[in-house]
Amino acid sequence: MENQRPDPDALLRRVQAEEAEQTRGKLKIFFGATAGVGKTYAMLQAAHEQQRDGIDVMIGWVETHGRAETEALVQGLPVLPSREVVYGGSRLRDFDLDAALSRRPQLLLMDELAHTNAPGSRHPKRWQDVRELLQAGIHVYTTVNVQHIEGLNDAVAQITGIRVSETVPDSILEQADDVELVDLPPDDLLQRLKDGKVYLPDQAQHAIKHFFRKGNLIALREMALRRTAERVDQQMEVYRRDHAVVATWPAAETILVCVNLKSRGPMLVRAARKMATGLHARWIAVYVQTSKHLRLPDLERSQGVETLRLAERMGAETATLTGDDVGAQLLAYARSRNVTKIIVGKPLRSRWKEWLFGSVVDDLVRGSGDIDIYVMTGEAGAGKPLVAGLLQPTSERRNYGYAAAVLMACTALSWVMAPYFGQANLIMVYLFGVVVVATRWGRGPSALASLMSVAAFDFFFIPPYYSFAVADVQYLLTFAVMLVVALLISRLAAHTSQQAEAALIRERRTAALYAMSRELITQRGVERLASVASRHIQDVFHCQVAVFLPDRDGRVHLHRGDALHFDLDPKEAGISQWVFDHKESAGHGTNTLSGSESLYLPLLGSHGTVGVLAVRSSNPAELLAPEQLHLLETFANQMALALERARLAEETQEAHVQTETERMRNAVLSSVSHDLRTPLATIVGASSAILNTTRPLSIESQQELVRSISDEAGRLDRLLKNLLDMTKLEAGAMQLRKEWHALEEVVGTALARVKSRIATHPVSTAFPDDLPLVLVDGVLIEQVLINLLENAAKYSPPASPIDVTASVRDGMIVIEVADRGLGIPQGEERRIFEKFYQLHPDREGGVGLGLTICRGIIESHGGRIWVESRSGSGSIFRFTLPIEKNQPTVEPEQNGLDRAAT
Amino acid sequence: MSSTRSHDVTVLLIEDEAEIRRFLRSTLPAHGYRLYEATTGSDGLAQASARNPDIILLDLGLSDMNGTALIEKIRAWSNMPIIVLSARDQEQVKVQAFDLGADDYITKPFGVEELLARMRAALRHANRPVGDAAEPVYTFGNVTVDLGRRQVCVSGTEIHLTPIEYKLLTTLVRYAGKVVTHRQLLKEVWGPLHVEEGHYVRVYMRQLRNKIEADPTQPRHLVTELGVGYRLRTE
Repeated sequence: MENQRPDPDALLRRVQAEEAEQTRGKLKIFFGATAGVGKTYAMLQAAHEQQRDGIDVMIGWVETHGRAETEALVQGLPVLPSREVVYGGSRLRDFDLDAALSRRPQLLLMDELAHTNAPGSRHPKRWQDVRELLQAGIHVYTTVNVQHIEGLNDAVAQITGIRVSETVPDSILEQADDVELVDLPPDDLLQRLKDGKVYLPDQAQHAIKHFFRKGNLIALREMALRRTAERVDQQMEVYRRDHAVVATWPAAETILVCVNLKSRGPMLVRAARKMATGLHARWIAVYVQTSKHLRLPDLERSQGVETLRLAERMGAETATLTGDDVGAQLLAYARSRNVTKIIVGKPLRSRWKEWLFGSVVDDLVRGSGDIDIYVMTGEAGAGKPLVAGLLQPTSERRNYGYAAAVLMACTALSWVMAPYFGQANLIMVYLFGVVVVATRWGRGPSALASLMSVAAFDFFFIPPYYSFAVADVQYLLTFAVMLVVALLISRLAAHTSQQAEAALIRERRTAALYAMSRELITQRGVERLASVASRHIQDVFHCQVAVFLPDRDGRVHLHRGDALHFDLDPKEAGISQWVFDHKESAGHGTNTLSGSESLYLPLLGSHGTVGVLAVRSSNPAELLAPEQLHLLETFANQMALALERARLAEETQEAHVQTETERMRNAVLSSVSHDLRTPLATIVGASSAILNTTRPLSIESQQELVRSISDEAGRLDRLLKNLLDMTKLEAGAMQLRKEWHALEEVVGTALARVKSRIATHPVSTAFPDDLPLVLVDGVLIEQVLINLLENAAKYSPPASPIDVTASVRDGMIVIEVADRGLGIPQGEERRIFEKFYQLHPDREGGVGLGLTICRGIIESHGGRIWVESRSGSGSIFRFTLPIEKNQPTVEPEQNGLDRAAT
Repeated sequence: MSSTRSHDVTVLLIEDEAEIRRFLRSTLPAHGYRLYEATTGSDGLAQASARNPDIILLDLGLSDMNGTALIEKIRAWSNMPIIVLSARDQEQVKVQAFDLGADDYITKPFGVEELLARMRAALRHANRPVGDAAEPVYTFGNVTVDLGRRQVCVSGTEIHLTPIEYKLLTTLVRYAGKVVTHRQLLKEVWGPLHVEEGHYVRVYMRQLRNKIEADPTQPRHLVTELGVGYRLRTE
């Protein structure tokens, strides 16, 4: 029974999810099989109920299609003013997201979840608007038809023959808090259609009529019902988890789908998703990048990336692998992730090609071991390209032209050689040409070159000349062999050069990444790192770069690094914040705010977003090519990690300083409370004894007590002064009031101040007459001398001499205070200058700050203080003060006036 | 001390701290001074003009008025000696107080003996203006300054002073017992254009001490008031 208790971690996650939900708005989807089942009507009815319960309901967007029943329901609900968009000369009205966000109703109605927004809106799709509304804490009611669900798109297309382009990610449906199925039996729907109660746009009458066939409607209805049932299943699962119902399904499955087959990728992804949902399995979509891949036109290359994005939207984990052996790469990755099932597409190659070059499926099946391999079919070309317009295919036609030109050159050369060389050598010239074409322009042109070489050889050099006819049949064999050899050579050469090129590109990328990482490691501080990283990105991608860093309140600000020029359009100022908050990229080439000129990428560290990277290129197509984009993301990742590291280091440093300060504070408190209380105890005790009138003390005793009060008060005073000085030194509030001083004057006043306390010690002073003036804060240097003199007196026997001398050494004035006292034990010479360090804690009434203060003062003057043992006994405290190079000048008096006193 | 009968000497104490007032109230009358107390600057100013005390003890940290402003106001009409009671770390204010005409200062906490000594010195100098032609010869310790004949003798031997040294000495003599700030000295000896050249005073004071003091590092008469100025100690 023990192990059937709810897993605490899982419960915790659930609690966190619930907490997040409290701030998130709730989404209710009115889900229908087709148009006309009455979703909008049901939604409006539910809205009225909510309004009656006192909820602030508002219509964000409702499509009544002019139907009276529905329009009647709109009455009584406030409608959010729509936004007018002028596009291509016509005026469109559309939902106003910003108005909704600022108006903040409790519940907003958003009809037609799959709607595509007017151009120039913040998000291209309405479901993205809805997501933002939910994030802002606004509840949303919306409607959607089964054919608009991305994961069912293929199935619907297969049933009805109509593919809808407006789709909604499956995750929206899965994450909805409530899905209400609006159901209408097909016969009733057809009746309504006949009655004209279903809105049909005029221009598509025919297609839609075709769509509304009874068979279609039954199938769609079944799909809608099943989809809703699946959701109920999930809710059931959540319930079972919460209530510790023991799971009956086997250990979690992991499904891996390889999306390499260009046009059928989306199909495979949908199939994988279906399987994963059915099995409650984790699923991973993988794209394997081969060297061949680099030779593909941009459009095809981007399809792989797009397919991965599609998978991500459907809830998959995605990965990109690199390597030429697709099968081996897939298996290695699958093993590392404990994958149980691999889904691949059925190869479309012909048998002989497969026999010649092998097939991924064969490799997989042979090496799979206990992993199940699923081979799926799918109609090629079913998925329409997911990006369009942005990328242009590279011009390959020109390469064929080059191939032809090379062949012509070969023919010309052979023509010249023909009278002197045999035919075998002419074949060699052609083969050489084929190799050149293959290495320079790839497989297609080289294949053309192979064919052309055979044709030209036949035409020009095989009798009968200038005709493709062949006199001798044995030449046919020559042609066949020549063609095969040329084709093989061209394939090998092209492959080699591709690999070399791919290696070169990889090497360049690695080098660029390495250069950045290496420099990032040597840099400290978030600001500095941001500058360095943006400089590297600028160099590698030839674009303008801006970095936005957050402040403590989570607002991002443009980081003004050195040498960065990025004219930020004020209209775009909000994008960086949006990207930071939503952890998604936005701007050019993305789904959000694609009207912007720049691309904004979130800098994602392991603990959240650490900033936003914005790039703007004069050639956006190049920047947005899939590998470039991928590389840019890698750079951004590196940068994010470095920034996060720096931020964490800063935080650790702060924390360290805080604990250090805390430790110090405790030391001060304990030390101070002890050292202040001792004299206070004497003062309180002695004064109360004197005040006690019941038992008067003798005059002598009174005198004695008063003297100790006076002494202890003096001691308290000195303690306080030390503490205050220390506090000031630490707080950096010790401002030096530097003036020109004659050192002997400062020593003189110090001696006068401590006279009473060092009275028993004879003090000798020795200063050279020409001692330069020093630019110091006299009062502070006096304090140093006072502390040193008092120490000297305290730790040396009464009547022992104290010597104060000064001399000039190495451009510094060295002042010495020497005593004949206890001396400093070896190894303690440094520690005695530390805060609160006391060599003889029992002996003195200090707090161990005197020498620390001395060091603070001397160092703030640019000098040094240290202690040495004195030969014989005692110690010598020495400190240095710098001699200013610009000694003040004093106008000399003229001798003539010298004798003024007469 | 017993020779100075000070029973009719009036003292005005301007101080807002009750404990200090209590301490002086219990000690000064015992030494023959009549004490008037004011707790605010405005009250102090009123009492100063009404009672015309012989000496003022002024706390710089008054609640209602800046102590230095009070000195300035009193100096507008009276030369009565003012002793400033200052806390530590107020060098800047102290210098200002002297520049405005305070006679002396004493740092809290202070002992009663020290205060009495300062008061006596201030009163003595106030009662007997020095530097007048009326008293051309001034003596302190073993030093004699003959203002009329511009002659300085140490232990009876005439010493040789440069004009600036001589002027420096006579200026200090004129304010004997009082603290003279660097600024004041520069102004009086070198002229108003040189008030910022603090090092002049240090250099010439060193020369002067070498000629007059037995131990220039521990001077008996030409006393340094660090960060403020100098004072000629006569006793």
